[in-house]
Amino acid sequence: MATDYRPMWKELGLDLEAHDALLGVLGPLYQQTFMSQPDRPEGMKYFDFVMSEVHGLRIQELVEAKKAGRKVVGAFCTFVPEEIVLALDGILVGLCAGAEFATAEAEKLLPRNMCALIKGAFGFALARVCPYLLASDVIVGENTCDGKKKSYEIFKDLVARLYTMDLPQTKSAEGRALLRAEFSRFASFLEKLTGKKLTAAALKKGIAAVNAKRAVMHRLAKLRAADPAPISGLDGLLVNQVYFYDDPARFTASVAKICDELEARIERKAGVAPLGTPRILVSGCPMAVPNWKLPAIVERAGAVIVGEESCVGERGTQALTADSGPTKDQLLDAIVERYLKIDCAIFTPNESRLEHILSMARSLRADGVIHYGLQFCSPYQIEAGPVEKRLEKEGLPTLRIDTDYGQEDVGQIRTRVEAFVERLRG
Amino acid sequence: MRSAGIDIGSRAVKLVLVEDGQVAERAVADTGSDPLAVCRRLLDGVRCDVLVATGYGRHLFREHWQQAEVITEIKAVALGAAALIPYCRAIIDIGGQDSKAVALDAAGRVQKFAMNDRCAAGTGQFLEMMATALSYTREEFVAAARRAARAQKLTSLCSVFAQSEVVSLIARGAPREEVALGIHQSIASRVAALAGAVPLEAPLAFTGGCAHNECLAALLGEALRLPLQVPDSPQTVAALGCALHAAVARR
Repeated sequence: MATDYRPMWKELGLDLEAHDALLGVLGPLYQQTFMSQPDRPEGMKYFDFVMSEVHGLRIQELVEAKKAGRKVVGAFCTFVPEEIVLALDGILVGLCAGAEFATAEAEKLLPRNMCALIKGAFGFALARVCPYLLASDVIVGENTCDGKKKSYEIFKDLVARLYTMDLPQTKSAEGRALLRAEFSRFASFLEKLTGKKLTAAALKKGIAAVNAKRAVMHRLAKLRAADPAPISGLDGLLVNQVYFYDDPARFTASVAKICDELEARIERKAGVAPLGTPRILVSGCPMAVPNWKLPAIVERAGAVIVGEESCVGERGTQALTADSGPTKDQLLDAIVERYLKIDCAIFTPNESRLEHILSMARSLRADGVIHYGLQFCSPYQIEAGPVEKRLEKEGLPTLRIDTDYGQEDVGQIRTRVEAFVERLRG
Repeated sequence: MRSAGIDIGSRAVKLVLVEDGQVAERAVADTGSDPLAVCRRLLDGVRCDVLVATGYGRHLFREHWQQAEVITEIKAVALGAAALIPYCRAIIDIGGQDSKAVALDAAGRVQKFAMNDRCAAGTGQFLEMMATALSYTREEFVAAARRAARAQKLTSLCSVFAQSEVVSLIARGAPREEVALGIHQSIASRVAALAGAVPLEAPLAFTGGCAHNECLAALLGEALRLPLQVPDSPQTVAALGCALHAAVARR
């Protein structure tokens, strides 16, 4: 029997009516997008369950952890170091903002020409429909793009507590020093918040837990290189999305189980799409839950997505943190080193991203790349041009799609994606 | 063998019948508010062995004509233009609600394409809206633009803003034909910008309903620095491509 979470939601301060409206859209959207796919791995049932309980069981876990004295840290970005949060017995949850909600309310505070992700975050906060936002003891606002950086100045009044983290914009020695200082400051902040002391031993445990989660994603990514593709792009994306808010150990075990299953599939040359199906790598802006618009169009057009060069994808999960030594300082250095590898478009120059897209396309045996830009996201939209030029030069057909969370351009996107798939088929 | 190609566009439905490689019949009708009824009327009494659909209504069409195959406008226009223009290597197609630039390889396959996003600037609909704002019919609008000695520059590419810009130009006493030319120029530069990411080379075909517009064709040629070739019946090129695809697919 389904648990009644309403008392818990009410206590968290959710607007129950608006929240019902949100779940009323989310549930059917999930069913329609995911459950109709053929030959899904059995292991995806865990993720179906996680999604069905996304505002229920997981929130209950967070509430119970809070009662036991643990702190919940909410984040919008892959730059927030989970190792440090875990080392202080905290829980890091990714805040999604992947849908339009209360956009008109958000536009009272923000200009209209602002990316859908930021507007979504505001909409969810203003309408009080996100239990993660309300369960978080602190939200980390990181200075990435101008849009986020400036909007956090307003966002801080919408949430219980906002902690601002500065980020470098170059991968220089000065940039590294800045990130090191900011991670130390974040660690001190969390020490105060949790009342715990950061130790090298705890940090090592945090590093091990996050590395295990990343390593299993690397294993999954490798398996997606098989033709026929053993798992759909939608399901691959879903695993990447759940990465952000599930319990790390349980998540790692669940993905490992899927990997075992996929290995068996590959062994018997089975997959979700026939051998030779056009294979596409998606690169660009993050796709947070429930933003499944583009992948759904792509896979309905008869192609299969084999990887995501995205924050919700390999940009977020790539590279492990080295267990670099016995001292806290050495470990913090290693954490900084690992996070500086994230090739976010806020960095200039950002050559490593180009190389990463190319190497992903090659190792995943992609036939083409779709560059996904959120409208008004200058950093990624500006990079889209050079990315397209370079990839085409390397013989990788590339399609640029700029869109938002609205549905009114689905027809046009579908035409372009179908024409791209026709191009890949030759 | 008879093959039929149908292009269900935003403004017009186009049907082309091909028999043994030759065009046997062409028909064009306004899409109106019930595209399926228009398709039914056009296909009434038409005998064909294969049927291929394209255009924004292609998926809707497929739901009702389940024997039909579906291809995109991009592939369709490429097949059609390659058949009409010898050695065709590029296409600019401007229809009612979209504009596209397509580059073809030597074998006539789509090599690269770009298409306008949801915005109507640079499409036939934009031209129609502007003609209305100037109280011209379609024909008068093109003739006026060709008559103008100079152009009034339009700064806005958004169809909504451009309309109010046209109104204020008129209010300031700007000659109508100069505004008409300015509008044509703004479309030409918009489409040329769209084509920027696509390697265009001659022979370049200009297709779609707007290819009938000689003023636009001339301005586009200047903007792209390439001569444009307008095939006969440019509006039905994608439908022809469908019919040809049907013939090839059948074989």
